[in-house]
Amino acid sequence: MAAVIQGIGVSGGSAFAPAVLVGDPVRPPADEQVVDSDTAASRIREAFEEVAVEIDRRAARATDSGAEILKATAMLARDPGLIEGAIAETGSVGPATAIDRATQGYVDQFEQLGGYFAERATDVRDVGNRAIAAVLGEPSPGVPALDGECVLIARDLAPAETATLDRSKVAGIVTEEGGRTSHTAILAAQMGIPAAVKARGCLELEDGTPVLVDGDTGQVHVDPTGEQVERLRKRAERRTAALADSHGPGSTKDGKAVALLANIGGVEDAVAAGQEDLEGVGLFRTEFVFLNASEAPTVAEQAEIYRQVFEPFGGRRVVVRTLDAGADKPLAFADLGAEENPALGRRGLRLSAERPDLLDAQLEALAIAAADTGADVRVMAPMVALTEEAAWFARRVRENGLKSVGVMIEVPGAALRARHVLEEVDFGSLGTNDLAQYTMAADRMQGELADLLDPWQPALLDVVATACEGAAVNGKPMGVCGESAGDPLLALVLTGLGVTSLSMAPSKVAMVRYALSQHTFAQCQRLAYVARSARTAQEAREAVLAGAASAVTVLL
Amino acid sequence: MTTRTVAIGSSVGLHARPAALFVEAVNKAGVPVTICKPGGDPRPANSMLTIMALGAKHGDEVVLGCEADNADAVLDELVALLERDLDAE
Repeated sequence: MAAVIQGIGVSGGSAFAPAVLVGDPVRPPADEQVVDSDTAASRIREAFEEVAVEIDRRAARATDSGAEILKATAMLARDPGLIEGAIAETGSVGPATAIDRATQGYVDQFEQLGGYFAERATDVRDVGNRAIAAVLGEPSPGVPALDGECVLIARDLAPAETATLDRSKVAGIVTEEGGRTSHTAILAAQMGIPAAVKARGCLELEDGTPVLVDGDTGQVHVDPTGEQVERLRKRAERRTAALADSHGPGSTKDGKAVALLANIGGVEDAVAAGQEDLEGVGLFRTEFVFLNASEAPTVAEQAEIYRQVFEPFGGRRVVVRTLDAGADKPLAFADLGAEENPALGRRGLRLSAERPDLLDAQLEALAIAAADTGADVRVMAPMVALTEEAAWFARRVRENGLKSVGVMIEVPGAALRARHVLEEVDFGSLGTNDLAQYTMAADRMQGELADLLDPWQPALLDVVATACEGAAVNGKPMGVCGESAGDPLLALVLTGLGVTSLSMAPSKVAMVRYALSQHTFAQCQRLAYVARSARTAQEAREAVLAGAASAVTVLL
Repeated sequence: MTTRTVAIGSSVGLHARPAALFVEAVNKAGVPVTICKPGGDPRPANSMLTIMALGAKHGDEVVLGCEADNADAVLDELVALLERDLDAE
């Protein structure tokens, strides 16, 4: 029977495919009982065989290359080295712990070997996790090996899981938890996979149930009618037709320029975004350079990575955010210790103030890479709250020979005093995700608080408006690099508030460009006024939807 | 224990397809065979994972061992296999 689960749409478009459930990973219990060696050995053998048989079954249904991959994975589950290795561990620990240790042993070796082997490590870990679940009698964890188009249904996806998804098979993603700015949401948008998060009850679905996901409205239609499928298919057609003629730099109907930029988090993103029709990068997150390193990366190492990121953009702008780490994303070489409230602690520029050596090395590397590539590099600091901090950062950036310096506006204190903060720098960039979190005192990672984090909250729009006014007084540009920049209706509102650049997942650029091209700047200002006049987030969105050009709203 | 030392002939090293072909040959031989890097700890050669974990590249040497009665014949055949560029075939 047809039913609708209402989630939050976080990555536009629609997908219609059978559901594939992603099980929660199962860890061996800390107090797992040790059993006698014969029992342990036979339970471990049975568990691996169960995993192998399950994968064989999928392989039989799959075609060509899919089947080949699945057969290779089944071979891993039957590998004598892995099975006997697990049995050899059982002397002092229970069978699940033994499987975990044997698996980890191979994973470590493969990761050390790197390259091709590191990729295999993921497969081994997956087989090991399945065997752990099997030996404990729990359902299989993780994203299963996929044999065709599907809609993934999960509690939430780990960043690594999302990043390694096979785009050709994963037509859509639905999660029970998460929020507008959770990692699943950001990565799904980055990959252009339609997705809905916080779809309560989606875990009750059975594998294979046909599911229609609307990544715009957040609706998940279970076993949809042909009519529903047809409606979304037609919408997709209308979109394709409307967007076909939408190219080039962003601007309103009457020619006010609004730069359309990409958010990127690494070299691969840069290479992909560099080929897209967009005007550069509005947010290059540099954390990946540091997070997995055991020691601080050298200037030369960093410069090489930055060169690879800048090159795909030729002379286009690349706005770099300096290292944004803190207690929730600790660095092996700059751990300031655990904090009660990492989001409110020594993170972003505050960490740079404690460890200026790290910031200086990064700025030096950025300057080298900028000079080598001729890219239009602009550098901005995260978590700026004070005018003094902006001045301190600006001096350091300019001393390193970098021409353009800015600050992220994500702390309400800095937004309210943008008039003075922006005096010190060349530009500002509103990080609306964190700005919403700090304005509404609601943890971004707390799915239950998603309503508070709604980017349509009038209070947030007021804070954004104040920041834009502060920038305008100084004649400085103010951009937006939060997810709200990628919502075509909100993009109109932000433009009306005075925002001059919008940075988003590249997959969202075309719709935003089209929405802008259908409205004059005066119309955008009117929509901004309408949104700020609303009493609630929902009323704000509805009012803008009613006031926007129908050429745009029919596509939503 | 009869042993043989052989340099890997496959241009990609001993992983993926070459490793799979080697394990297949070991299983076909039907007797226990061990493998390790020179000076390493001999391990059963019937495991793809064990073979791959050696990380043996083109030109690296590995040591095969066998205690069966027909050890010489079995090892000669396996050595001949490893000397070829299995990936190119």
